[in-house]
Amino acid sequence: MLDGLLRTLPISLEQGFAYGIVALGIVISFRILAFPDLTVDGSFALGGAVVARLIMEGVPPVYGIFLATAAGFLAGCCTGLLNTRLKINSLLAGILMMTILYSVNLRIMGRSNIQLLTVDTFITPLENLDINRFVPIIAFFAVVAFGIKILTDLFFKTQLGFAMRATGDNEQMIRTLGVNTDSMTVLGLGMSNAFVALSGAMVAQDQGFADIGMGIGMIVAGLASIIIGETLIGKQTVAQKTLAALAGSVVYKWIIAVGLRLGLAPTDLKLATGVMVILALGIPALKKEKEEKLHLRGV
Amino acid sequence: MVNIMVRLENIKKVFNKNTVNEKIAIDGINLDIPAGQFVTVIGSNGAGKTTLLNLIAGTDSPDGGDIYLDGECVTHLPEHHRSRYYGRIFQNPLMGTAASMSIEENLAMADLRGKPRGLKWGVNKSRRGFYRESLKLLDLGLENRMKQNVSLLSGGQRQSLTLLMATLSVPKLLLLDEHTAALDPKTAQKVMQLTDQLVKEYRLTTIMVTHNMQQAIQYGDRMIMLHEGKICHDVQGEEKQALTVAEVIDRFGATLTDEALLCQAPTTGGAGC
Repeated sequence: MLDGLLRTLPISLEQGFAYGIVALGIVISFRILAFPDLTVDGSFALGGAVVARLIMEGVPPVYGIFLATAAGFLAGCCTGLLNTRLKINSLLAGILMMTILYSVNLRIMGRSNIQLLTVDTFITPLENLDINRFVPIIAFFAVVAFGIKILTDLFFKTQLGFAMRATGDNEQMIRTLGVNTDSMTVLGLGMSNAFVALSGAMVAQDQGFADIGMGIGMIVAGLASIIIGETLIGKQTVAQKTLAALAGSVVYKWIIAVGLRLGLAPTDLKLATGVMVILALGIPALKKEKEEKLHLRGV
Repeated sequence: MVNIMVRLENIKKVFNKNTVNEKIAIDGINLDIPAGQFVTVIGSNGAGKTTLLNLIAGTDSPDGGDIYLDGECVTHLPEHHRSRYYGRIFQNPLMGTAASMSIEENLAMADLRGKPRGLKWGVNKSRRGFYRESLKLLDLGLENRMKQNVSLLSGGQRQSLTLLMATLSVPKLLLLDEHTAALDPKTAQKVMQLTDQLVKEYRLTTIMVTHNMQQAIQYGDRMIMLHEGKICHDVQGEEKQALTVAEVIDRFGATLTDEALLCQAPTTGGAGC
């Protein structure tokens, strides 16, 4: 049994770090900017679509990844502009972009999916090394994920980072201090979706295909990861939030892997995700209520 | 030649124009405030006090007329560009600070008011000493808690911090929007004394909107009363110093429909509450 559980670790780490970058992006939009950005489902697939198409056209994978990330940045900026310039409600702006991206992604790919198993991707050199494929791949994703985490933490310690944090915390206040909060929102959403697209581009190559539906459910999975992580690690500082995103992503993927191993049907994954989030939020809430009741009784 | 810090030329503001709810908030106001003057503004609810402040700050745009700050026409300048001229404190003690950030982070943000922000470190180490000394002035012990989150502070402490943030980079204009109204009497007095101290020390041009007639009379060089979007009374200098609350009610009582204002009368025979 333990052996079976341990066997699920490598894939959980690989997926946890790869998808953890999506969670990092969602931390910027949901947690720091307090912007419920649903573009994520679309920009994840955008990353996969762009890189797959470019690789098919013969572009080296590394350039493909950069361009996919840039595409994600643009998509996020569009959501931001819809909200700040056209005054479209934040939730709706994200939904609109997500919807638009569906068609855009189909156009980019030219069809509903592109297979990448028979072509050279950034994964190929890693798989060709003389060791178990998991070692270099997990190392790669871990390095990229933590690298992005550290850069994000550092950014939010800068003057610009402070301004972005304040935009999500108290927009009126930072406006009176002379910050263009519209620009902060657009930039933040751009950064957020750039991360998501980067993840999509790498995941597409890792799984061997890009598919129009690969982004579906990404926002929920990402939020679940963040919530699980925050329950374990906390969310006081920015560094904690980003660590929670990565840790939560790994734990989330691990729970899914264990569940599948124990017989959970793939079709039940969304139910499992929902239950996990409910437990992650509900248990601390009930614990707190119980503590307060005991406190009132003088215990 | 006296430098006029704030000039309002025939300012008008109408809300919900051409609808059933149309309200003429400001009905043609002309006002010159010389640099260094401390003006208090009173008036009943709906008289236009906060709207006036919003127009000067740039939160609202006027429907007619022009606004000049330190000689420059700012009528159509958006708020985040105009804010380098002024520091502003709101009534809600929670509005002036970012709760999820620390005291020193908030001060660091205020330090950069109106300046471009880049990728340098948010908190400049060399300014920490200055922040600590400034916090000592508040006499609240906050200088020992600089890395703590602002959410842990009380309303009065947050408002004091907001005051410090507003005056940190010595703005040309200080806008106070009933900034002690939500505080308990003792804290309100402390914050008001601190305000007066900072205004005098930096010789700040100040506009204070208040509901508290005692405050309006006791502080400031000049008092303006608004009624239905117009300035109905304007006293300054010795005439203002000699005012008492009872006198104000006596002279201007006709325009004061606000129970709250009338309730400021001293207990020796004023209008009962």
